[in-house]
Amino acid sequence: MTGGRERIARRFAALAGEGRSAFVPFVTAGDPDRETSSAILAHLPALGADLIELGMPFSDPMADGPSIQAAGERALRAGQTMADTLAMASAFREGDTDTPLVLMGYFNPIHRYGAEAFVSDAKEAGVDGLIVVDLPPEEDEELRVPAEAAGLALIRLVAPTTDDARLRRILADCAGFVYYVSVTGITGTKSAMTRDVAAGLARVRKATDLPVAVGFGVRNAGQASEIAGFADAVVVGSAIVQRIESTLVDGRAGSGTIPGVEALIRELAGGVRNRRAPEAGGAGG
Amino acid sequence: MERNTYRGGPDAEGRFGLFGGRYVAETLMPLILEVERAWRAAQRDPAFEAELRYYLEHYVGRPSPLYFAERLTAHLGGAKIYFKRDELNHTGAHKINNTVGQILLARRMGKTRIIAETGAGQHGVATATVCALFDLPCVVYMGETDIARQAPNVFRMKLLGAEVVPVTSGSRTLKDAMNETLRDWVANVDDTFYVIGTVAGPHPYPAMVRDFQSVIGNEVREQILAAEGRLPDTLVACIGGGSNAMGLFHPFLDDAGIDIHAVEAAGEGIDTERHAASLTAGSPGVLHGNRTYLLQDGDGQIQEAHSISAGLDYPGVGPEHAWLHDVGRVRYVSVSDEEALEAFQLCSRLEGILPALEPSHALAHVARIAGDLPPDHLLVMNMCGRGDKDVFTVADALGVKL
Ligand SMILES: Cc1ncc(COP(=O)(O)O)c(C=O)c1O
Repeated sequence: MTGGRERIARRFAALAGEGRSAFVPFVTAGDPDRETSSAILAHLPALGADLIELGMPFSDPMADGPSIQAAGERALRAGQTMADTLAMASAFREGDTDTPLVLMGYFNPIHRYGAEAFVSDAKEAGVDGLIVVDLPPEEDEELRVPAEAAGLALIRLVAPTTDDARLRRILADCAGFVYYVSVTGITGTKSAMTRDVAAGLARVRKATDLPVAVGFGVRNAGQASEIAGFADAVVVGSAIVQRIESTLVDGRAGSGTIPGVEALIRELAGGVRNRRAPEAGGAGG
Repeated sequence: MERNTYRGGPDAEGRFGLFGGRYVAETLMPLILEVERAWRAAQRDPAFEAELRYYLEHYVGRPSPLYFAERLTAHLGGAKIYFKRDELNHTGAHKINNTVGQILLARRMGKTRIIAETGAGQHGVATATVCALFDLPCVVYMGETDIARQAPNVFRMKLLGAEVVPVTSGSRTLKDAMNETLRDWVANVDDTFYVIGTVAGPHPYPAMVRDFQSVIGNEVREQILAAEGRLPDTLVACIGGGSNAMGLFHPFLDDAGIDIHAVEAAGEGIDTERHAASLTAGSPGVLHGNRTYLLQDGDGQIQEAHSISAGLDYPGVGPEHAWLHDVGRVRYVSVSDEEALEAFQLCSRLEGILPALEPSHALAHVARIAGDLPPDHLLVMNMCGRGDKDVFTVADALGVKL
């Protein structure tokens, strides 16, 4: 098998060779409709995405701020289902076998689908990793065990509030990469302070060889570039879905939606790519 | 969990059987672990117990009476009906038993800012009240829909000095208010304590809220023994999240002879899409930090709950109820808007007590079963709130212009 954890590891190893960080855009599957969302997804690698996080919409996204909440509401209103999200992943994978694709969301839709069936269908669709925001290590076994068996990475989150004892526990069974939440807050509302993030990241690095991605508080290309100076991957989500929102016409995709999002992705990717990591990261980065 | 008791839960991971747990973002995990440690320490501290007892007695007005509802009993012609009068508490509902407890805990932990969600506004009012008492800033999140139908409570909270933040996401009711309060907490981890209003949320909240509310059942035990010389035969309470019900039930769970009935809101009917009966008509899932029964669609999206009673309008239920349902210790039934409205009026006329719409659901179930029970059958119903907050809703439902 070449997908799953291995595809993620391969990508980070290649980027380490280039001496730069990964740019990771987040988009919500089905926002603002399945066709537009599929088109955006398909174009992401050519625009500079090194990994992709695809959000699984949920009615009650308690860790998300207004932008990603609204993106999820748009997708659900347009009828997006988990089966649609997996079909989007599958279509993406037919056109791209190199770019890791990670599904991100909340546990209830997965639980409803059935954790094992979900892992098996996600694997089949060419998904490489899973990030489930409301599954701390205490609760993730029922998803982690089938994911490990299928070769999918269950990517765990570390927050600024995580103490050293929890950090060890989180890293013990973390796969793919570590997701460092750069702010104490929900997505898209606070800006990460570069110095705090760097300090937090240094603490994570001391405890793991896995690549470390930074997300939740990265708002623009300038900030993405700063964080790329010390992180293995930079995740931008709210800014991108805000761009989708601002280009809608009467609540639907307009002629400016795809070009508007693509221009932003290019800009953000440029910010990350222009920055060479000053120091070697983890094993992968 | 011990086999020979229904009162041993939760386990160390916060589970009642399959239900409960701590399904929260990592940012919050250290906080809820801290709350758990602080609560366990407080439980072992006689000074905390004494302080809690002091405020429950002198500020809340406990113990609340156990009242023999003589005219209702005669009218229904069967079981001997007692009301546990928690509607006589300061602020008019059982909610304050829990807010006093949690806010004393927050003070002990050195927290300086209180946040809460509210549906009917009773928990918001109770939280704002205790925050005024202890001079703590208080932010209450409330869905826009609920703000519109519980205007008196919104104004009450403001008079008490709380900031009421309207929630405009999702269905704009209690579940969305809870999401928004969790979001506030994630962003204000250092100084803020989240006072959850029912036996839901991540561990330790379901157990902690239950323990603070168990004062209800513990008092009933003493009071019924004093009045009748024996324990009751049947207990009845309504459930939104399930805190007044857990508070009444928990001290009696191991008394095998006692029938325990919990009443969910059937809204416009269980067979319609407009109800709030998570146990009667929902399925297991994960929301607001715990695994429990939820109203959800086939894709795991949470559905809107509907009830004439804002306090029962929640698409989930506390995890301990989910477990008690599955093991069969408690019987879960449901009552429609219409039946609750009838019970509201019946109680007002017969007993001179305007019940809140929430316990009106419990009362409607009592009216259904009491007539078939013998006169020596002792039934205790939790009158967990008074109906003053609901007079506009009731007038509207009865087509009366105020
Ligand atoms: C009077 C009253 N009863 C019941 C409830 C429902 O909550 P619970 O099921 O937690 O007792 C509420 C909630 O606001 C309430 O105000």
